[in-house]
Amino acid sequence: MSIAVPSPRHWKKPPLIKRAWLRWTLALGAALYLALAFGTTDVNWHRVWEGLPRGAQFVTAFFPPDFTSRWEEIVEGISESLWMAVVSTVIGIAISIPVGIGAARNIAPAPVYYFCRAILAVSRSFQEIILAIFFVKLFGFGPFAGFVTLSFATIGFYGKLLAEDIEDMDAGQAEAVRATGASWLQWINFGVQPQVMPRMIGLGLYRLDINFRESAVLGIVGGGGIGATLNTSFDRYEFDSAAAIVLVIIAIVMAVEYSSGYLRRWVQ
Amino acid sequence: MLRIKGLTKRYRTGDLAIKGIDLDVPDGQVMALIGPSGAGKSTVIRCINRLVEPTAGSVALNDIEITGLGSAELRRARRRMGMIFQEYALVERLTVMENVLSGRLGYVGFWQSWLRRFPQSDIDEAFRLLQRVGLDAMADKRADELSGGQRQRVGICRALIQNPELLLVDEPTASLDPKTSRQIMRLIKELCAERKLSAIINIHDVMLAQMFAERIVGLRLGEIVYDGLPDKLTPAVLTSIYGEEDWSATIRKADDADEPVADNVVPFELPRPDRDRLAGLT
Repeated sequence: MSIAVPSPRHWKKPPLIKRAWLRWTLALGAALYLALAFGTTDVNWHRVWEGLPRGAQFVTAFFPPDFTSRWEEIVEGISESLWMAVVSTVIGIAISIPVGIGAARNIAPAPVYYFCRAILAVSRSFQEIILAIFFVKLFGFGPFAGFVTLSFATIGFYGKLLAEDIEDMDAGQAEAVRATGASWLQWINFGVQPQVMPRMIGLGLYRLDINFRESAVLGIVGGGGIGATLNTSFDRYEFDSAAAIVLVIIAIVMAVEYSSGYLRRWVQ
Repeated sequence: MLRIKGLTKRYRTGDLAIKGIDLDVPDGQVMALIGPSGAGKSTVIRCINRLVEPTAGSVALNDIEITGLGSAELRRARRRMGMIFQEYALVERLTVMENVLSGRLGYVGFWQSWLRRFPQSDIDEAFRLLQRVGLDAMADKRADELSGGQRQRVGICRALIQNPELLLVDEPTASLDPKTSRQIMRLIKELCAERKLSAIINIHDVMLAQMFAERIVGLRLGEIVYDGLPDKLTPAVLTSIYGEEDWSATIRKADDADEPVADNVVPFELPRPDRDRLAGLT
């Protein structure tokens, strides 16, 4: 019996989209849209050229940063922002723990699950600035509006990640605790909490970091804090003070970043 | 005395895992439940403490009907049944001591357990059990620092500190080497004898089952196909449980009865092995 010599078989990676006409239509459509989008972008090169020296002037106005003349306002703004960040993180996390537990599919009954998921969805669907505009209208200018905004945003962030971490936990460990006759709260405390705790501590610090940075933005729409100070210094054309504020913000964010990295390693 | 009558479990997927089995386990009996994967062994023991809710039938431990208990009563009933798991199922980020003490959760209040202020008698008992299995020096280590055999011994302590009347053991040796497997099985057998405990042990290893159990029940496709003495396990019986295979190497020969395990391990008939022996075998 003779074996037919197989002709060399070719192989090519199968294309992502199988239907050739669809593949080509999509590619052509995307190319066409991009061409049109670039074609209609209105850049006035003359104005760009004229603006360059003015831009340079603007940048040099930041140097040297002036820490002294507005130091009191800076300290006040920073401490207000820190207060906002810390309190809203603590309150937000405290509220998000029961919500997050309720939003974990593997431990919550269906009605509780859908209710808590709805809370998280509402909290996550608005960007902080939009919430801040709303709460500033509701509570008036000042750090209280900022605090409410950040707490509200923290619930969505922390609750969702807590729920997902609980859903990813090792069911065997939790089952073993349940088999001892533990009550529900004991089960959460012994079977679930140890499994999610390290990640949750890390995320709490990360959220503190986010809340501090957000608090710098909220001031611009009236939410108080260092953002308000920064906005005022821009309005007064005191760019050297603004530069000082920006540097202080960067320093604090870096300090939080490094300390949270250290703490996270420690709790692992 | 555990009495199971007409126990049936149909999963939501429609699979009939157990088909109305009847089983009595008298006090102090160590029973091995063997059978192929998917025969329903795990489901049977999880239906006993209702980690899995049975579809029909009844389970009664010392005349207390477990099926049909409310949640508070079920928790009280679960205290009387210690469970030992495949892959140990220790809470890895808790310490050895916390894992052992978690066996007392059914007896202490929430705040007591939350603050880890267990009664002194529980702590004494925990140390006594850890000492018994040779791990008292490890009390403050985190569970994930231990080796497999050590973890399973902590799992045994967690089950025993419940002061159970029945041990439910689910594949205790599935992830252990052959020597550690024997040590763990011997330990379970010894502890059951010391405390007059009955035990149901799910196990894949037929030879281990024959060595350490007084009675063997074979499960196939959710039905009991064998119930009898370990010595009566013939190739024909094993074929009826597992299907056609060459069983000649699996069945323990009569002269193996003394169980010549490797090394200097004392046979399990000794009244009480010293803890150095157990401590050395990590």
